Amino acid sequence: MTTPNSKNAERLARVAASLKKRHAAEKRFRFFGVLASLLALSFVAIFFVSILSRGLPAFWQATFNLDVYFDPAIIEVEPRPVPNPGESPADFQQRDYAWQSQVGMVNWNRILENSLIALRPDLEDERRTLRSLFTSGERFALRDRFIENPDLLGQTVRLKLLADANVDVWIRGNIDRDLPDAQQQLSPRVRELADAFFATDALQMNFSTALLVNPDSRSSPASAGLGGAFMGSVYMILVVLFLSVPLAVAAAIYLEEFAPRNAITDLIEVNINNLAAVPSIVFGLLGAAVFINYLKMPLSAPLVGGLVLSLMTLPTVIIATRAALKAVPPSIRQAALGLGASKVQTVFHHVLPLAIPGVLTGAIIGVAQALGETAPLLLIGMSAFVSTIPGGPLEQSAALPVQIYLWQGNELRNFFEGRTAAAIIVLLALMLSMNALAIWLRKRFETRW
Amino acid sequence: MNMANSQPGSMMTNTLGKAASQQMSREVTVSAQDVKVYYGDTQAIKGINLDIYRNEVIAFIGPSGCGKSTFLRVLNRMNDTIDGCRVEGKVTLDGEDIYDKSLDVVLLRARVGMVFQKPNPFPKSIFENIAYGPRLHGLASSKTDLEGIVESSLKRAGLWNEVKDRLDQPGTGLSGGQQQRLCIARTIAVSPEMILMDEPCSALDPIATAKVEELISELSREYTIAIVTHSMQQAARVSHRTAYFHLGDLIEVNATDKVFTQPEHELTEAYITGRFG
Repeated sequence: MTTPNSKNAERLARVAASLKKRHAAEKRFRFFGVLASLLALSFVAIFFVSILSRGLPAFWQATFNLDVYFDPAIIEVEPRPVPNPGESPADFQQRDYAWQSQVGMVNWNRILENSLIALRPDLEDERRTLRSLFTSGERFALRDRFIENPDLLGQTVRLKLLADANVDVWIRGNIDRDLPDAQQQLSPRVRELADAFFATDALQMNFSTALLVNPDSRSSPASAGLGGAFMGSVYMILVVLFLSVPLAVAAAIYLEEFAPRNAITDLIEVNINNLAAVPSIVFGLLGAAVFINYLKMPLSAPLVGGLVLSLMTLPTVIIATRAALKAVPPSIRQAALGLGASKVQTVFHHVLPLAIPGVLTGAIIGVAQALGETAPLLLIGMSAFVSTIPGGPLEQSAALPVQIYLWQGNELRNFFEGRTAAAIIVLLALMLSMNALAIWLRKRFETRW
Repeated sequence: MNMANSQPGSMMTNTLGKAASQQMSREVTVSAQDVKVYYGDTQAIKGINLDIYRNEVIAFIGPSGCGKSTFLRVLNRMNDTIDGCRVEGKVTLDGEDIYDKSLDVVLLRARVGMVFQKPNPFPKSIFENIAYGPRLHGLASSKTDLEGIVESSLKRAGLWNEVKDRLDQPGTGLSGGQQQRLCIARTIAVSPEMILMDEPCSALDPIATAKVEELISELSREYTIAIVTHSMQQAARVSHRTAYFHLGDLIEVNATDKVFTQPEHELTEAYITGRFG
């Protein structure tokens, strides 16, 4: 026979027995949680270390520091024309262009070669080899410098001139120095000279802004930069910001606050949620079909890219805005309505201001998503090689993520690997600063109640 | 069975003596005739007839889900904001049908103010909370005028002395009872004719409740007040008349003391003696 006391003891013993199991389960769960977090963090760490270790060095490029003599014997051009009295601007422009093309005919390579020969007079017979040390874009850079400032004629200026991409690769050791000649990117003599100049001050690894400000280039890989892609992305983001965000916010306000709940709005809601899940490349197809084939908009234009990305971000921003509106307590709406505010007044005086942090966050997340999107842009021609910086949203352009895609596929592998990683750093920095902005705005406008 | 149209004469037996002189005028402010409310397919109110007199405090009591809050919301058409809610019958305010298509609901709500169960000040300053209504309706002609309205509203709500030095502080920073009085001040700032109160004290502690009740008695000099309450003591303390709702029916309406001492209907008696509810 069991007394109440022994019954109690038995019950406690049972509880105690089960305790061990429970604690074990808890510990196990925590362990897996920590493990998962550490795993995720280590992947992030690997990602950042790998990108930074490859990308950051790419901002330093093999650069010649040379005294360049703008030799009047080589630059045989007239002084730059000045407007004559009574001359029409068009006539003057024409004469100026004629002068510019004359400047273009100058043998700028010879000036580059001379600047090296000034250091090593013994190389007078190897002009071709010397020329190949410079990246081919530098002669045009010299030309542009002269057109900008014709007073340089006869002067000696200390300039930084980018070395050829292959020279950069050789000096960096990105190619195995022991490979046989047949497999090297440079001839033995060029390699020898590059090493010789690198041993002196003439050739150094210098920080170069080319990567940030120049447009893309194929003929002169060492001067290829992100400038064009960056501006293209900026134009697209502006289009998204001014098109997608207002539309999405307006749609969300209507659907959340005004639209009656019926079959049609249910259908719209389901469709918006589905659209958010549509693969982005499908939006690219839509853009190609509608904007380019039907509306005859230009190919490769940031405007079209922006339109396509707007379509893509609309559902995301609508959903985020609706969630933000939903989070505003209904008591605030009742308070305003009870005072005799109309529906519109209630929304714009009270509900929307309280939802602003959420709306802004949604908008910025949407824009950041658009900034990083690549697939739809490939289908509207933005993967084309564009060697200029676009001056407006209708001009041909690349975009940052597309530039990454293009560079990672470049055949000059050992040079562009670093540049690709550097482009990724730039894109990531943009993304992170946009997310930081979102957080700051959220904190700034948050109302506590 | 429906006793909604009880004799106004019984009002005279109100021994609580609250503003008794004002009840002498038997002017009907709100008149509900055969009001039915549906939420989708469910009928929440099954045909209610009730007259509310000027400057009286009428309490709506009854068990949960009896339709008292729904009926209260009929009076300023707050039910319009609920999807699938349908109102039938006729409700007049000073003889005007408030469900008439030509009536502007914004104007109606300026005339019939509402105080909610949970204090719901705007997350703005105390001043802005009060000034919002007058500004909305263009009631103030100048800044000084507006400041005057804010001050007098806060004074009438008995809150002025507590907040006069911090009008620029957020209204949400006040205590629960102060917030509720702020909401009342906000309501009277638009000078309504009638104030609807939906369980205004259910979220407040006893001291704050006492203050709000005192305020209700004060306000009844100027306003007609309809109050929904779960507390029979509160109904007994503040109201002149009490209406007992049961499952969407108005069972009994009479002078408050009569309802609580000699209920005419057995359901009322069962409720006030605590047999259900």
